[in-house]
Amino acid sequence: MANKVRARLWGFVITCCACTASQAGVLPEDRADVLYFRYDGGEVTINGPSMLVRKSIGEHVSVAANYYIDMVSSASIDVQTSASPYDDERTQSSLAVDFLHGKSTYSIGYVNSDESDYKAKTMFAAVSHDMFGDLTTVSFSFKNGKNDVFQNIKIDGIKQNDPNFNDGLGQAEMESKGYSVSVSQIITKNLVLAGQFEVITDEGFLRSPYRSVRFFIGTDAQGQQSEEYPNTRSSNAASIRAKYFLPWRAALDGMYRFYTDTWGIVGHTGELGYVHPLDRKFIGGDWIFEGRVRYYRQTAADFYADIFPRADFSNFMARDKELATYNAITAGVGATYEFKLERFPWLSKGQINLRYDHMMVNYDDFRDATFSIGKFGVAPENPLAPGTEPLYELRANIFQFYISAFF
Amino acid sequence: MSIRGLFVITALACAASGCSSIEPWVKPYDRENLADPIMVFTRAPISQDFLDHVFESREGSRGATGGGGGGCGCN
Repeated sequence: MANKVRARLWGFVITCCACTASQAGVLPEDRADVLYFRYDGGEVTINGPSMLVRKSIGEHVSVAANYYIDMVSSASIDVQTSASPYDDERTQSSLAVDFLHGKSTYSIGYVNSDESDYKAKTMFAAVSHDMFGDLTTVSFSFKNGKNDVFQNIKIDGIKQNDPNFNDGLGQAEMESKGYSVSVSQIITKNLVLAGQFEVITDEGFLRSPYRSVRFFIGTDAQGQQSEEYPNTRSSNAASIRAKYFLPWRAALDGMYRFYTDTWGIVGHTGELGYVHPLDRKFIGGDWIFEGRVRYYRQTAADFYADIFPRADFSNFMARDKELATYNAITAGVGATYEFKLERFPWLSKGQINLRYDHMMVNYDDFRDATFSIGKFGVAPENPLAPGTEPLYELRANIFQFYISAFF
Repeated sequence: MSIRGLFVITALACAASGCSSIEPWVKPYDRENLADPIMVFTRAPISQDFLDHVFESREGSRGATGGGGGGCGCN
């Protein structure tokens, strides 16, 4: 939960900053979007709506507001081996304002996220500037998040925060800061490049209150204990992306990102995308099709192990599969139907969008411990020896349906 | 000092001075293709925001996914 909330907040901040970075001397266009999404994979289902409205006020100010709901139903592999299935809901609201001054855009924003066991408040600020005849856009951004972490327990069947969590404090704190610089550069009349470097630092309670590590007891038995994480984490990420306009009015884009952090994770991300608009109307409107493939690979954190040699093996111990060694391929397709309505002259265009992505994750050192521990406290009929279970694989389907209106 | 080092220092000095004399090699009237909506890196922020969330919550890596947008600055 904690990681997922943090990722969500950073994602929104990144998107907001990216809006300004793309065209520092131009305000983003007015639009409204309503999205319904569904993620289904690894016995976890997440669905909900998201609404985003962006509106200009005069010629120099643009305001964006977002409201988002995550409805989670989880019986993930972590939950199966150490807890009970759960349902939860998270709401997030945010507000961002862009100020245009000459060839510069100044942005500020605030994001609030509320979940039963995680509350997060994030502010961000960014400045972008067009230069060299508007061929180059340079952007700087800063974000700061303050988060309160709780642990849910059930007392008399009612879910509530554990007052004894974190040595009786009932809550823990985590603060995160991010600094980013990016450059967007027009290379030719058909090619644009963009590079970004971002540093993020976390301090405070960084682990999940719920997850456990497992360890050997002798050679063929195992036990579990709580994870122990460092209290700090600093990461560096550098990316470069390119987009090229093809002669038959289509666009090809590519991205590579290199990542490293103080926990020992090294990650490589590559992505290829193709956007193809139809050159004729169909069912009264224009159509845009998109295909995308994303490859990701990372090494494990220094203190990660699928199973440790013994209890209290080291100061820091983790068994979060997101800290394991693995690779992932995600392939997706999307279609956009674009239309205009004569009766609504104030609507410059509308879009109906469908998108489907399939994610395949193969872990190198994270095993499916349900073959030895069982599920939800029920042992398997023929348990395997610890450390001999098959490697875990995650397959997920991601659906998005959204309607966009441009004014 | 190598030629490459001299070039880098010259470029940095030029940038620091404001470089007002640099002529854009892609003229505004040559940016029609770059101004096409399909050339924007993030066509639908609400969708990209959700996908970034999906990836970041399942990966150890984070950051530098904004890339700086795209577009052409055709104001």
